[in-house]
Amino acid sequence: MKADFIINGRRESLEFDSRATLLEVLRNSGHREVKSGCENGECGVCTVLLDGIPVNSCMVLAASVIGREVTTIRGLTEDDDTGLSPVQEAFAEAGGIQCGFCTPAKVLVTYSLLSRNPQPSDEDIMNALDGNICRCTGYVKILDSVKLAAEKLKASGKESRKERGK
Amino acid sequence: MAEKISDDFNYVGKPVRKVDSLSLARGEARFTDDYDIQNEVYGVFLYSDIPHGRIREIDTAEALSIDGVIDIFHHGNTPNTLYTSAGQGYPEPSPYDTRLFDSVVRFVGDRVALVVAESEEVAREAAGKIKVNYEELPAVFDYERAEEPDSPRIHADGEFPKIPVAYLPEKNIAAKIDIGFGNIDEGFKEADFIVENTYRMQYASHCATEPHVARAYYDDRGRLTIVTATQVPFHARRIVSMVLGIPISSIRVIKPRIGGGFGGKQEVILEPYVALITVRTGRASRIKLSRKEVFVSSRTRHPMRVRLKTGVKKSGEITALEMDALMNNGAYGSHALTVLSNAGSKVLPLFNKIPSIRFRGETVYTNLPVGGAYRGYGATQGYFAFNQQIDIITRKLGLDIIEYCKKWHIREGETSKIFEALGEGKEGVSQVIKSCKLDECIDRGAAEIGWYEKRGKRRKLDNGWVTGVGMAIGMQGSGIPLIDMGSASIKMNEDGSFNLFIGATDLGTGSDTILAQIAAEVLQVPVDKMIVLSSDTDLTPFDVGAYASSTTYVSGSAVKKCAEKIRKDILEVASQMLGEEVSGLKVKEGTVVSGKTGESVSYSDICTYSLYQGGQHQIQAEASSVMPESPPPFIAQFAEVAVDVETGKVKPLRFVSAVDCGQAINPVLAEGQVEGAVVNGISYALTEEYRFDKKGRMVNPSFGNYKIFTAPDIPEIKTILVESYEETGPFGAKSVGEIAINGPAPAIANAIYDAVGVRLFETPFTPERVFKALKSREE
Ligand code: FES
Ligand code: FES
Repeated sequence: MKADFIINGRRESLEFDSRATLLEVLRNSGHREVKSGCENGECGVCTVLLDGIPVNSCMVLAASVIGREVTTIRGLTEDDDTGLSPVQEAFAEAGGIQCGFCTPAKVLVTYSLLSRNPQPSDEDIMNALDGNICRCTGYVKILDSVKLAAEKLKASGKESRKERGK
Repeated sequence: MAEKISDDFNYVGKPVRKVDSLSLARGEARFTDDYDIQNEVYGVFLYSDIPHGRIREIDTAEALSIDGVIDIFHHGNTPNTLYTSAGQGYPEPSPYDTRLFDSVVRFVGDRVALVVAESEEVAREAAGKIKVNYEELPAVFDYERAEEPDSPRIHADGEFPKIPVAYLPEKNIAAKIDIGFGNIDEGFKEADFIVENTYRMQYASHCATEPHVARAYYDDRGRLTIVTATQVPFHARRIVSMVLGIPISSIRVIKPRIGGGFGGKQEVILEPYVALITVRTGRASRIKLSRKEVFVSSRTRHPMRVRLKTGVKKSGEITALEMDALMNNGAYGSHALTVLSNAGSKVLPLFNKIPSIRFRGETVYTNLPVGGAYRGYGATQGYFAFNQQIDIITRKLGLDIIEYCKKWHIREGETSKIFEALGEGKEGVSQVIKSCKLDECIDRGAAEIGWYEKRGKRRKLDNGWVTGVGMAIGMQGSGIPLIDMGSASIKMNEDGSFNLFIGATDLGTGSDTILAQIAAEVLQVPVDKMIVLSSDTDLTPFDVGAYASSTTYVSGSAVKKCAEKIRKDILEVASQMLGEEVSGLKVKEGTVVSGKTGESVSYSDICTYSLYQGGQHQIQAEASSVMPESPPPFIAQFAEVAVDVETGKVKPLRFVSAVDCGQAINPVLAEGQVEGAVVNGISYALTEEYRFDKKGRMVNPSFGNYKIFTAPDIPEIKTILVESYEETGPFGAKSVGEIAINGPAPAIANAIYDAVGVRLFETPFTPERVFKALKSREE
């Protein structure tokens, strides 16, 4: 079948099998930034945001998201060809990236968490990351990254408020 | 010669961002499966569903008739060259006991056939339609019984060792070691008492988030190109060449970004098969394992039983030590000798004053999944035994384990006979320890965990759980001396940047970055002036690959040497330009400065001059390093746990590691190595295990049923990098990649004992096992 998907704010008309998962459709349409580690809903590396909420794209039928907002990590820097969003900056700076295979998922989860809860406790952070495996970092620097991301967002929020106030 | 202390460095010792972090953070960096390759066909394996049997017949007719199926490979139509999939230096110490496909299957999950089809779904469907008629053979699953005369023999078909080592397939023995010194019997006689215990560790999966995947295609020059998630691109090229009879010159292996390895990708599992498909069909090919296939049919940590017998005097002196290791390699002998050997060679030198030592080991075949390299590499299993044994001895004698370890461990200026006696399939290399800050590691770690306030206190938490603390110490190595080789080449560009080409393989560890930092330090330019290209057998010079904690020390030394040659060339060109002797010049912030006049020329001008004006040549160099020794990093690790005596549940509360890795080239990345290893180690100690049914079938091959630690499970983790400088290493560096995985299991076991007084001799410490131990103590 064929339908219009909204991926990173853009409408993409895609041909797909009615039984295909969102992960398959995304990867087949060139969104290789979405990774695949188990295809069984158990590792989290395929995470995307669906209307702002993290989901395992391997467990979602593509047909069920037609017309809904799908965000991959590329959606965070859509207007910027070279830069990083503050959350991405934080991961790069704080050592939250080792192999980087889980990074797109971790960044999206962080982004979503901080948009709902700008000052999360350590426990909030760890719980938000539950189900998102990282075998490289031991989660220590991921925790640091999320905290740094929260600071960066707070600072940039202040900045932009200042801008607006001018 | 200690040329600098860390404060003087400009680029080494700094938490420089990983050179690939921008592209990884943006999700742009390409992993093997992310390449756009046109007109690709897919390979899917059919695996054996019986543990041991001889294939009478394979009927592929129905499968081949399915639309989209291109070909099916099996033992009847492929080369039957014997090889080892272990990605080790040549000639490999692992036995040649593996064929692409064999007429005998040796475990549930062994390769029977490979279906090639236009799509993965069609290939899977066709694999299900292949009919295999087996003559079932008896199987052996209990490795402690593998050698018994009534156990079936697993390899009896011409398998052989590539180097002259003990290999006895007629007894199911894949490797054997027996070394020692002193007089062990006398030693035990002199002792006031003997402590003898048996420890066991289980199968485990590396669980890299990226499953094994490889792809092959012919490029526009007709060369066979393999893009693969590997730790060992050069070994992969060599093995593909040998197995398929294709000249090395026709093969190019590229390792792009890779989603973790931990030893699991130090194994040439998929590359020969994608190469086979492409050679036979002329089409591009891809094989990607599912998570279940990774669990069952890739590689695992070798289970091991370690018996330790120590003769001890009342003073605490150990008069003799006997280590007896039995390792289960499963159906094929990958790393059979070397992992076994490391259980002794990485552990026994630590208490180097023991006058008599014997180390005996055997690796056996069973009809179970295949062992392979896994971070820690035998040292994990050896230290589990050693560190509990020390806890037991010191408790028996009422000695303070902290002081005891500080008294007996190896020190700077000292050696151990083990270094010489035990190597990788041959004798080792003797060495004197030049840097050891283990005392500081122990003291700082103990202070951080609050050792003296907590040890033996059995504090009760509000929920009734009881707490305790435990310690483990250890050492590892930095590469395999006189075997591992790394090399680098560098060329200079006229804007003052440099291309750094290294064979070394960055698994996410950050080795591209730290190698760039080393070059940057020599040349005194910011790290972003180094354009790193690694792990492409056509473009980069040779490197053995990422294993044995070798990259920083071995490849790093090659990079340093290479950069020093470049620096020399730069200074010579500058001397022409400035009309001044080289001896009066030095490099500084991307320029060469005259000591006399203070005049300077930029790297950019120097390179432009050398390309277009005077003494025209490309400023470039290459260098290789083989290291005559393998300086061990040292570590002290401390666990605080809480145990629920009602249920046997164990919760890790805090975990502290204090490590001497020499000068950390990049402290954030070094800490990251320790933290990742610690959590993997804790998870292995507490939850990870393969469960098998009576037919040897793994019943929990998924993250849902094979429990690994995720974010909410982790304790508070603290890592201390103790200042140290290894004079033989590049800018004082040793290694840090593996060592921290060895301490969690024994430190936790010792902490459990401290909390509730039961000793756990076998991992994982599941609630059932702890509960049983608590119960049997009561009885
Ligand atoms: S690939 Fe989707 S959860 Fe693992
Ligand atoms: S960085 Fe490798 S899995 Fe998270």
